[in-house]
Amino acid sequence: MNAVVRVLAAGLLVATTALAIDTEPPLPDPDQQARYEALIHELRCLQCRSQTLADSDVSLAADLRREVRRLIAEGRSDAEVKAFLTARYGDYVLFRPPLNQRTWILWLAPGLLLLGGGLIAWRVVRHRTTLVPTDTEELDAGNDRS
Amino acid sequence: MKARFLIPAASVAVLFGFFWYALKGGNYDPQLIDSPLINRAAPGFSTVRLGDPNQPLGLQQYLGKPFVVNFWGTWCAGCRQEHPELLAIAHETRIPIIGIDWKDDHAAAANWLAELGNPFQAVGIDDDGKIAIDWGVYGAPETFLVDAQGRVIHKQVGPMTLDVWRKEFAARLPAGAVK
Repeated sequence: MNAVVRVLAAGLLVATTALAIDTEPPLPDPDQQARYEALIHELRCLQCRSQTLADSDVSLAADLRREVRRLIAEGRSDAEVKAFLTARYGDYVLFRPPLNQRTWILWLAPGLLLLGGGLIAWRVVRHRTTLVPTDTEELDAGNDRS
Repeated sequence: MKARFLIPAASVAVLFGFFWYALKGGNYDPQLIDSPLINRAAPGFSTVRLGDPNQPLGLQQYLGKPFVVNFWGTWCAGCRQEHPELLAIAHETRIPIIGIDWKDDHAAAANWLAELGNPFQAVGIDDDGKIAIDWGVYGAPETFLVDAQGRVIHKQVGPMTLDVWRKEFAARLPAGAVK
């Protein structure tokens, strides 16, 4: 069942990209083709920056797709394909940056911000619950006037 | 208790510090991609010379002394812009400049060199773009400096100038090697 779903998914991906940019015939092994499609959707086209290799029709993207395809056909793992590209172009080629010395703040920032915001919210709420109502008289006075 | 009102002001001050650093501090350019090749061994290549398919051209032939590798193509506007500068650089230094004609029409490239002059000690062809990928090239022109130990020690993205050559390239080599 799983295999059938995979083949169908790969087929769908092939069908959509065949219309768009990638004019190469699919790899004979559908599993490999699915991995190829997944990879080129998360690798950056270095010339157009905000596009993935799958989206771009510049010649460098075509060359890089060819290299990815070749490495997969040779039986390399996804990690090895990524290593091949980062050795040449740096981590920038990956749309999902790895967690390392330069990126830890990027990865930890959402958690830290949530934690900090939560802490502030908690303190404010706690502070408010301990406040003694001091303005009842003014409120009453206002009501009288109306 | 008054100090808490300084928190927003302090945050804004820190932000402006970041902005100032990004604008003025150092040579930060968001368009540049750091090359992982710097201080690594120059990637090997073996191809043939432009206009002479029987003449092999490879990295091995140049290892042992500093040299420059320049990726160019006749389709590339920046390459035309830098061409006179490359000629001036070639005139000023005895360090060989190896051209890699990246995904180009061979006849157009030969014409270009005949017309504009040839700053290259040798030009190799890269028809399928494989050499460019191995060198992490993402847009011509790109120029690499390889030292006597065969390590890439600097990379210029975009047109070379004589000034860049003197300040960024020649300055990284022992004085005796340049002239």
